[in-house]
Amino acid sequence: MGVALARSAQWTAARYGTRALETTPLNEAILEEIMMFVESFIYKHPQEAKYVFVEPLEWKTNLDPSAFESGYIVSETTVKSEEVDKDGQPLLFLSVPHIKIRSFGQLSRFLLTAKDTKLKEAQACIEANEGPVTKILGLDYNTMKEDTSVVNILDKITKEEDPASEIKMKLGKLLEQLDLHLLNHSLRHISLEIRLNPTIVKNDIELLKHFSGKGEQTVLESIDYTSDYEFSNGCRAPPWRQIHGEICYVLVKPHDVETLCITCSAEGVFLNGGKTNDEGEINYERKSEIYKDLVTFLKEKSAKFSENMSKQDVRFSEEWKKEKEEPKEAPKKEEAAAPRKALPASSKSMLEKNQINFGKSQMTKRLEPSLNWKATIDFKEHKSLLRDIQEEKRGGRLESKSAEKIEEMISESSSESEEDEEPPDHRQEANADLPSEYWQIQKLVKYLKGGNQTATVIALCSMKDFNLAQETCQLAIRDVGGLEVLINLLDTDEVKCKIGSLKILKEISHNPQIRRNIVDLGGLPILVNILDSPHKSLKCLAAETIANVAKFRRARRAVRRHGGITKLVALLDCAQNSGEPAQSSLYDARDVEVARCGALALWSCSKSYANKEAIRRAGGILLLAGLLKTSHENMLIPVVGTLQECASEENYRAAIKAERIIENLVKNLNSENEQLQEHCAMAIYQCAEDKETRDLVRLHGGLKPLASLLNNTDNKERLAAVTGAIWKCSISKENVTKFREYKAIETLVGLLTDQPEEVLVNVVGALGECCQEYENRVLVRKCGGIQPLVNLLVGINQTLLVNVTKAVGACAVEPESMMIIDRLDGVRLLWSLLKNPHPDVKASAAWALCPCIQNAKDAGEMVRSFVGGLELVVNLLKSDNKEVLASVCAAITNIAKDQENLAVITDHGVVPLLSKLANTNNDKLRRHLAEAISRCCMWGRNRVTFGEYKAVAPLVRYLKSNDANVHRATAQALYQLSEDADNCITMHENGAVKLLLDMVGSPDQDLQEAAAGCISNIRRLALATEKARYT
Amino acid sequence: MSYFLITRASSTIGTRSCLVNYFLLDWCTRGLSLSCIYLYFYFAVKKSEVECLLRVFHSLVEKANVRLNNFGLDRNAFRAILHSIFGMTDDMLMNRVFFAFDKDNDNCINAKEWVKGLSVFLRGTFEEKLKFCFEVYYLNGDGYISREEIFDMLKNSLHQQTSEEETDEGIKELVDITLKKMDYDNDGKISFADFEKAVKEERLLLEVFGPRLPEAKVQCQ
Repeated sequence: MGVALARSAQWTAARYGTRALETTPLNEAILEEIMMFVESFIYKHPQEAKYVFVEPLEWKTNLDPSAFESGYIVSETTVKSEEVDKDGQPLLFLSVPHIKIRSFGQLSRFLLTAKDTKLKEAQACIEANEGPVTKILGLDYNTMKEDTSVVNILDKITKEEDPASEIKMKLGKLLEQLDLHLLNHSLRHISLEIRLNPTIVKNDIELLKHFSGKGEQTVLESIDYTSDYEFSNGCRAPPWRQIHGEICYVLVKPHDVETLCITCSAEGVFLNGGKTNDEGEINYERKSEIYKDLVTFLKEKSAKFSENMSKQDVRFSEEWKKEKEEPKEAPKKEEAAAPRKALPASSKSMLEKNQINFGKSQMTKRLEPSLNWKATIDFKEHKSLLRDIQEEKRGGRLESKSAEKIEEMISESSSESEEDEEPPDHRQEANADLPSEYWQIQKLVKYLKGGNQTATVIALCSMKDFNLAQETCQLAIRDVGGLEVLINLLDTDEVKCKIGSLKILKEISHNPQIRRNIVDLGGLPILVNILDSPHKSLKCLAAETIANVAKFRRARRAVRRHGGITKLVALLDCAQNSGEPAQSSLYDARDVEVARCGALALWSCSKSYANKEAIRRAGGILLLAGLLKTSHENMLIPVVGTLQECASEENYRAAIKAERIIENLVKNLNSENEQLQEHCAMAIYQCAEDKETRDLVRLHGGLKPLASLLNNTDNKERLAAVTGAIWKCSISKENVTKFREYKAIETLVGLLTDQPEEVLVNVVGALGECCQEYENRVLVRKCGGIQPLVNLLVGINQTLLVNVTKAVGACAVEPESMMIIDRLDGVRLLWSLLKNPHPDVKASAAWALCPCIQNAKDAGEMVRSFVGGLELVVNLLKSDNKEVLASVCAAITNIAKDQENLAVITDHGVVPLLSKLANTNNDKLRRHLAEAISRCCMWGRNRVTFGEYKAVAPLVRYLKSNDANVHRATAQALYQLSEDADNCITMHENGAVKLLLDMVGSPDQDLQEAAAGCISNIRRLALATEKARYT
Repeated sequence: MSYFLITRASSTIGTRSCLVNYFLLDWCTRGLSLSCIYLYFYFAVKKSEVECLLRVFHSLVEKANVRLNNFGLDRNAFRAILHSIFGMTDDMLMNRVFFAFDKDNDNCINAKEWVKGLSVFLRGTFEEKLKFCFEVYYLNGDGYISREEIFDMLKNSLHQQTSEEETDEGIKELVDITLKKMDYDNDGKISFADFEKAVKEERLLLEVFGPRLPEAKVQCQ
């Protein structure tokens, strides 16, 4: 009875104050059952009815003393039963309005006396007495009942030959039976009020669809979803509405009513605010009552539907019967849900049946069903959603939870995305075939829970013998509740238990799910605390476990929040202190181990930006640099790994340069260990953005090992890192010369085919840098590198495209190479890349086009052959990316060298577009823009048009720039523009003459010439004006 | 005699470097006169260490055995020491430690046994501790730890369950688990070779049947 009352009965929300049972059918049914039990008790079990309760059941009754008849001593305000206990106390005592009853016999009689009001009395009794079983049988019975094995109880009965306790036991058994009965009963009730789920809704809608359409016979005119997209959980509502339990929205047009916009949610079906006109958004607010399903709802709203439905019903129920689909279920259904019949009902009743069955089977198994089964059984496929809803219903926690999640997303910006999305948690099915390990582990966990230190250690050691790398074992430990115990053990003072537990955690935390569980169970703060322990093996194990756990964002954040980074950095210090440089060979092996584990954990943690910063602030760089000087390979890998991870940050790169870390990185490139080589190369790749670093790599002799590592192509990760390092290093010319010496360029060309993208990006990048030099261009051509490069132009990887276009552009500088490119149709491919959505690719392609146009034979014809190509280029001038603009200007400069093409682009409106760009501060853009303008002046009225579009005045200001290239280009443009008189006036007004006069003194001949030409044009105009005025 | 003893003992204690034992420091702060002597012992070097041990021994003997006139510690006195200084509580366990100390089985620990025993107890190498623990664990002197002995040692290791039988059942299973783990030659008992192998594989098993050594808590400092 206790369980049923505690779990099934629907108590009102107010937990404090007096408890009250809600008046629901379920509760009434429960009370009914209890009453029947009590009333018949006196006849069925006369012996037990005499048993005196340990504590009386007390409540306020409405019964009048006068109602009591024989067997009672009745006064005006009190009633006493004649039946008394051993001490002469009456078993029933009523003192209006309080009543105390102390036996089942009296309870039975009381209920018989109460007659009509007995339901109320029973309710009052149960409300007032929390834990009636305890009161009846005493506290010890309840605790004893913890393990419900019948054997146990029988055992006790046989042992104690006391008749009183025998009765007590029997009573206990009876109550337990009642409890079970009540649960069964309530379960049947609950199963009738199923919440809707997407499958049900979908089936309903599908079925209704079948019977919709034009004509009188159909039930509806139309029924449609508002959204075609169905989420994996079967819902169609947008995610933020799914949180409210909404499954989908349906537009229904019945025959006799306006179109209804309906929300189907887990709670039921209701009318929403309908579609708002302008954007097709749905007004989600509820506008009607909630109905239990779609059919009921429609019956209520549309008379026609109801009418046609009943016609259809007859047909369908016949059909169903023919198919013998659960004929037995039908009559029962009709009682339960009279209006709805075959059509939706049959699909539902199946479900109900399943649920009932499941409920029963679960109950017989565990004897302790809870309402949760509603969520767990049938909603399995979309449980994440509905579980959340239920949670919300229970505790209203959902909102805070999701808010927290969002906050988490914002606060942490991880540089690595691997594993950051949390996969759904899958628990092993309770009834699936479990391996024998599962049971063995379960037994061991029992010892962990119930044993003292000695037993715990034995169990831990024994558990360690399982193959913990195997997922079944890992999950078994979690599923039998071992994870909690293991984490709990970490909180004890027992060093051995901690060590044992950590050894297991360390192994099983390789599993991503277990990692999450450890974090969820609050394991990280404890692990972080252990880092403070004086015990070295403990520190090591804790750090290693953290290294495994901190593979996802939330965990990394937790480590930082609990001060783990500082402690981990402190671990690195261990080796430092005990080992003076002089006796570094005498490092205590254990100190080294501690530092290694610390580095390992830091490596995992360093994948988050905030953690990198925290490591730096804790002084980690210096310590890492120190550890890098050691020669322990195991130590070097995590250390270099951490450095490599952190080197993505600017201040790390500066520190790495300052701490002379490069030297050691280079040294370790020569190690035998592939992983170490990989990480070193990776670190160099990250750091070599900086010129000084590149020089350092060369000075420390790092280029040769890099070049030689290129020859080993089996390990792709390492190859990617090595080629990356070569790419970045080859930005410096001196390095390129070295690489040529080491024959690296030939090898790089060889790597252009059959390599993964990560490698290709770097290889092509490196070649692009190398080809800036003549010798290398020749080399690349001779090695047959152009063909694979051009082939790569059709890729989709954006970084790769940027690098490829750059490399092709570099090669195109060589006329001979250009011939090959042209033959391979490379220019067309480059041109089509101008349509690439990514600005970097566009810009890079436009840059590459410049040398192509310059060096191609019959370039004008070639350009014209690309249909729509010129228009495309001109339109790119509308871009807002400076780099794209500059590159396109450069391309236009080259295109405009051909008169015909210049005419075409003028027609496409290049002049106004160029003029619009004139107001800019970007020197690169200024230079190329001025060049383009000066080229475009060569056609027709373009000079005048530039003046009209007010491009001249800004151009004059370019002369104040500090860049000599800008000066030259501008002077040339001004010279061209000054052929037009109006432009000369504008220039003069903007003070161009003085600036140009300075330019004439420049050592740059072209600049001199252009400036002088421009001045002479202006001057000539002035002279002509004067002449005109005086004649 | 004392010269002989010193040389023997110093070779046992050996050249292992001396660290301050926090455990003893702890006792010192509690103001026990004994611990002060211990502390002294810990700061000293080999020869003086042994002298200290002996001095401690004599003072203990004086305290405990005035009325017996017996040159040595009897079982009760020794147990009192184990209890007050090393914090051992288990009766059976203390008896076993006593027997392990008492090499000549005269129910009394003499100076030589005291020094030898304590040297292992406090500072033994791994092998010595291994041996010591094994000796403590087997009772009947046959050189094996039998199933029954394991049962005896583990019988208090589970929290009392509802019925005695259930607890017994649980412990029986625990014994099975232990034997499965440690009995490499499958003869139903643990020989020294078994024990050594198991412990070398997993250090945690050194005190598998209950804590025997005082310094477990501070071993790694």
